[in-house]
Amino acid sequence: MVDKPVMLKVGEATPRARTMAAALVILYALITMVPLVWIVATSFKSPGDSISYPPKVIYDPTLEGYVNLFTTRSRQTAEYIDGLGEPTSWADELVRKRNMVITGPSRFIGRFTNSLIIGFGSTFLAVFLGTLAAYGFSRFKVPFKDDLLFFILSTRMMPPIAVAIPIFLMYRKLGLSDTALGMILLYTAVNVSLAVWLLKGFVDEIPLEYEESARVDGYSRLQSFWKIVLPQMRSGIAATSIFCLIFAWNEYAFALLLTSGEAQTAPPFIPSIIGEGGLDWPAVAAGTTIFMLPIVFFTVLLRNQLLRGITFGAVRK
Amino acid sequence: MAEIKIQNLRKTYGEFTAVEGSSFTINDGEFFVMLGPSGCGKTTTLRMIAGLEVPTDGLIHLAGQDVTYNPGSQRDIAFVFQMFALYPHMTVEKNISFPLRVQGLSRKVIRQKVDEVSTMLQIKHLLKSGVGGLSSGDRQRVALGRALIREAKAFLMDEPLGALDAEFRDLMCEELRLLHNRVKATTVYVTHDQIEAMSMADRICIMDQANVLQIGSPEEVYQRPATKFVAGFVGSPSMNFIEGQGGFTKGTAQVSVKGGVIPVPVMHEDSSSQTSIVGARPEHIALSDTGSIRGEVFGVEYMGARQLVTVDTPSGRLRARADNQHRVNTGDIVGLDFDPSSLVVFDGVSERAIDSDLFRSASNV
Repeated sequence: MVDKPVMLKVGEATPRARTMAAALVILYALITMVPLVWIVATSFKSPGDSISYPPKVIYDPTLEGYVNLFTTRSRQTAEYIDGLGEPTSWADELVRKRNMVITGPSRFIGRFTNSLIIGFGSTFLAVFLGTLAAYGFSRFKVPFKDDLLFFILSTRMMPPIAVAIPIFLMYRKLGLSDTALGMILLYTAVNVSLAVWLLKGFVDEIPLEYEESARVDGYSRLQSFWKIVLPQMRSGIAATSIFCLIFAWNEYAFALLLTSGEAQTAPPFIPSIIGEGGLDWPAVAAGTTIFMLPIVFFTVLLRNQLLRGITFGAVRK
Repeated sequence: MAEIKIQNLRKTYGEFTAVEGSSFTINDGEFFVMLGPSGCGKTTTLRMIAGLEVPTDGLIHLAGQDVTYNPGSQRDIAFVFQMFALYPHMTVEKNISFPLRVQGLSRKVIRQKVDEVSTMLQIKHLLKSGVGGLSSGDRQRVALGRALIREAKAFLMDEPLGALDAEFRDLMCEELRLLHNRVKATTVYVTHDQIEAMSMADRICIMDQANVLQIGSPEEVYQRPATKFVAGFVGSPSMNFIEGQGGFTKGTAQVSVKGGVIPVPVMHEDSSSQTSIVGARPEHIALSDTGSIRGEVFGVEYMGARQLVTVDTPSGRLRARADNQHRVNTGDIVGLDFDPSSLVVFDGVSERAIDSDLFRSASNV
């Protein structure tokens, strides 16, 4: 025992075990990063580089993919392009090298906006409803509480796509097909069960005394909910929101089935970007890269909320 | 500040009765302690006074006003929770000023009040810090500050010292009592710790199994307990109980027990059953060679001025707090002498104290 350099507590990892664990985690992270790096790399390749075999790891980066993503173009003769005069922008110049001219913006921005509206709209609704329901289930005597909670959970016991056909028919009858409202309602319905269950756990952990104290001090139940409970649910709400947003943001099957024009979201749109002679891979990759950014942004923004329990230490248990 | 009047207050949860028809009045400015083991209904009673539970039956009057069914927010009372319930997302200052901000007072008034209260509780230097990093003592002070700042009609405290370390508890006990002497607020204090109750209370209300057993000053509940439960719950080391044999009639001044006869205060009632229990506090038993009951010394605890002697007698193991003039040793045969005027006799079945000279002397005081 004398030569042991560090005293370890029971259950504590040895330094070597910790190093090995770290190495494993880093290795795993690298493996999961490969497809992401691949997508980002492809978005900066020229169409030729993107489909070359063996794949090119070193290449001349170009913004062609991004230009193609945001524009529609048409092929013209060299004489016609020469007659146009000076290119109006760097994008114009890039396109002209391929004997094409920009004829207008693509529909990507519209699709991306749809994704934002539907993703955030359904997330807000699901979390809003989920918070109220979770508070109710946690604090009040609800008749058949356990049955209701099970019922809510049971909506997740099958893949949502299993009810695709009935929903498709319902939406057509109700006029909700290809509307943002329809998609918001659909994603909310799927997410609200997750939200209720997750948030109920968070509400359960907030001691009742806080509210009681606030109520004795003169707050109504609703006020104490707003001013006392809600601030303490911040991390729970942040975590739940991210989960809901990721689902609604990435959802592909229903979006493909129920939206085609007005309300189409980015996931079904991106893979349908057709260039000359098939899929325009750099443009698809550029679309995917841009599409990933909001989720990355919000996860980074909320990472503290996700990790830290803010009630730590305020109540002695 | 106000008087709290409770009439036939009852609370049941389905089949379970938490509080059984208790009635009492808490006087204006009184430090009223509700004492009892966990689950006796003391906290439920307190929560009904606070408006956090709706009574099944009965009335609660606060300052002459019926508040039985008013929500807590309309009662103008302050509550200190066992777990302090400091809002974790607010600083100490915000926590203390919370009740005033709810009332919508001006910032100037709030700042002045916070200053006053934090000076009194010596937590002024903590105002800007969060509540997460505070020591339990400081948290306790912040919780008290939040209650004090309101100048509410009454202060309700639910085991406010229960979460503190033993050493610190004594200190807070003293501080609380001094604070009460200063602000003279009607205080209802719930605890299961009889030492806390004895050292702080003006009056103690002892509850067990949903019933109020006795309400009285610390001296009263200690000297003249109304039931065997009260006698056993209050005092440390606890009262000796010696089983009496046979009934007795009014006017008797002795009870026969296994191994002898114990002189007791003159009884004013016939015994209602054939058994009785004599209650004797350790300090009411002395060692003497001529003692009415004899036994072998089982153990001796030296306590400075006194010694706590445990004696095995035919009536069971008895503890005497004897003086130190004659030190005894384990194995010695000693006699026990009882102080007849201080003994309590309980009915063997109902465990209620039987009326005697002991209680009559009380009413004369």
